[in-house]
Amino acid sequence: MKDIIATFVSYLPEWMQYFWPEWFQYLISNVVLALIILLPLFIVVAYYTFAERKVIGYMQIRVGPNRVGPKGLFQPFADMFKLMFKEIIIPTNANRYLFLIAPVLAFAPAMAAWAVIPFNDTLVFSDINAGLLYILAMTSLGVYGVIIAGWASNSKYALLGAMRSAAQIVAYEIAMGFALVGVLMAGGSLNLGDIVNSQAGSVYNWFFIPLFPLFMVYFIAGVAETNRAPFDVAEGESEIVAGFHVEYSGMTFAVFFLGEYANMILISLLTSLLFLGGWLSPFPSLMGDSILWLFLKTGFFMLLFLWFRATFPRYRYDQIMRLGWKVLIPVTIVWLLVEGIAVYYKVGPWFA
Amino acid sequence: MAIDSIIFYFFAISTVLSAASVVTVRNPVHAALFLVLTFFTTACLWMLLEAEFLAITLILVYVGAVMVLFLFVVMMLDINIARLREGFIRFLPVGIALALIMFGLIYKVVSDNQFSLESMAAPVAKAADYSNTKELGKVLYTEYVFAFEIAAVILLVAIIAAISLTLRRRPGTRYQNPSEQMKVRKQDRLRIVKMEAEKQ
Repeated sequence: MKDIIATFVSYLPEWMQYFWPEWFQYLISNVVLALIILLPLFIVVAYYTFAERKVIGYMQIRVGPNRVGPKGLFQPFADMFKLMFKEIIIPTNANRYLFLIAPVLAFAPAMAAWAVIPFNDTLVFSDINAGLLYILAMTSLGVYGVIIAGWASNSKYALLGAMRSAAQIVAYEIAMGFALVGVLMAGGSLNLGDIVNSQAGSVYNWFFIPLFPLFMVYFIAGVAETNRAPFDVAEGESEIVAGFHVEYSGMTFAVFFLGEYANMILISLLTSLLFLGGWLSPFPSLMGDSILWLFLKTGFFMLLFLWFRATFPRYRYDQIMRLGWKVLIPVTIVWLLVEGIAVYYKVGPWFA
Repeated sequence: MAIDSIIFYFFAISTVLSAASVVTVRNPVHAALFLVLTFFTTACLWMLLEAEFLAITLILVYVGAVMVLFLFVVMMLDINIARLREGFIRFLPVGIALALIMFGLIYKVVSDNQFSLESMAAPVAKAADYSNTKELGKVLYTEYVFAFEIAAVILLVAIIAAISLTLRRRPGTRYQNPSEQMKVRKQDRLRIVKMEAEKQ
C-alpha cells in the first residue's frame, strides 16, 4: 500500500509533492488499509443484527423483520438511518465530556483489535509477534466504555449496570487469559499466524482436541466478556432497564451497539483461529486451505451467540461470579497442568 | 521530523500532562481516569523503545484490570472533596520536602554519570523477528528463577492475607448452595397424583 502511494506521489508535480511528506504517506496508507478491514466489518455487523432478529424470530416461530426491501433485507439500513437522525439526549447533571467519550472508548478498542487478525497466510494488516497479547490487552480496554458510560450518565440503573459489568469482565478475563496461555503453550508462539500454522496437518491436529476444556472455557468467557445472553446482566432489561446504556440515544447508542457486535464477531473469529485451525481445510483432499473456511467457522460461532440468546435464560448475578471464579478458572488451571505434562513428555501428534 | 519523533513527543507530552492532571483535578473519578491515560501513553512510549511485551503487559494488567477495580471502588465511595482539602496548607511544607527528596534521589539515579551516552551506549535496533517476549521468558525462568519464585510466593501470601482479613463469618446468615440447587431432581419435589375426575 505504501508503495502505491509513493508511486502516486512521484507522479505529482514537484510543488505538490511538498504536501506529501513521508509521515503523511504512511498515515494515508495505514488509514486506507484499516478501512479495507473495517468497512466490510461494518457491513457484516449490520447484517449480523438483521440475522439475529431473523434467526431468533424463526426459533420463536415468528418471521422476524420482513417489511423493508425484499425479505426485509434493507432493515439494517433503515435502523441505521433511524439511529443517525435521532436526537442525542444528554441527561441533566450528567458529566458531559465523559458521557460523550464513553461510546468511543467502547468502540475504539473493539476496532483496534482487528489490526493483528490474520485472514490467511499473507492477508494480515500487522503481523506482530505478540499478537495474542495485543488482542487480550485491547479486549480488556473495552470495559472502560461501559464503566464510564454508567458513571457519567448520573443514573442509578446505569451505574448498577456498569458495576456489574466491571466485576464480570474482570472475573472472566482471567479465565480467558488462562485459556489463551494454553493455546500459546501448544502453538509455541504469540503470533496468530504461527498459531494457525502449528495446527496444520489434519483435523486431528487442531487444538480443540487436546485443549477441549480450554476451548469451552474460552468461548464461554468470550460470551461473558461481550455482555451477551445468558451473561447480559450489565444490560438486564427486566432488572435494570438497559443497564449502562439506558441514557444513550441515537448515534451514541449506535456506537455502543457497533462495538458490541464487532466484539462478538472478533470472539467468533478468534475461537476459530485459535482452536479450529482458522483457514486450514478440514478436508484437504476435497478443498484446500482458504479464507472461506475461516468465514465458515466464524459464522458457526456467530450463530452460536444468537442461538444462546434464544435458548438460555439470564444467569443470576451470584451464579455468574460462581461460574467464573469457582468453575472456569480451576478448570483452566488444572488443564494447563495436564497440558504442561503433555508438552514435557511430547504426547501425541499435538505436542510432538 | 521523522515519524518516530512526532509519535514520541505526542505521547511524552500527553504522559506529562495527564500525570500532572492526576494530582490536580478535583474529582477522584477524573483523577483515576487520568491515571489510566498516563499508563496508556507510557505503554505507547515503551512500545517505541521496542519493549512490546512490557508495553502490552502494562496495558493488560494495570489498565485492563487494576485500574478497573480502582475505578470500581472510587465510584462506589462517597468522597467528600472539601474535607480532603482541609489540611492542604498545614501539610504543604512536608509535601514539598518529600517532593524535593524524591526529586533528588531520582536525579541521583538517573543522572548523566549513570545513563549518559558515554557510560551506556544506545541499544542497537533488533531485527524484525526478534521476540522480546521469548527473551524475557528465557532469563526469567533460568537466571532469575529464584527471584521469580520468591515474588510468586510473596504474592500468594498477600492474596491469602487479603482474603483472610476481609472474610467475616456472620452466624445466622442464609446462603444458597448452588451445587445442592443443581442436584435437585423433579422426583424430589414433585409428586404427580393420578385421581379420578370429580363428578359435578
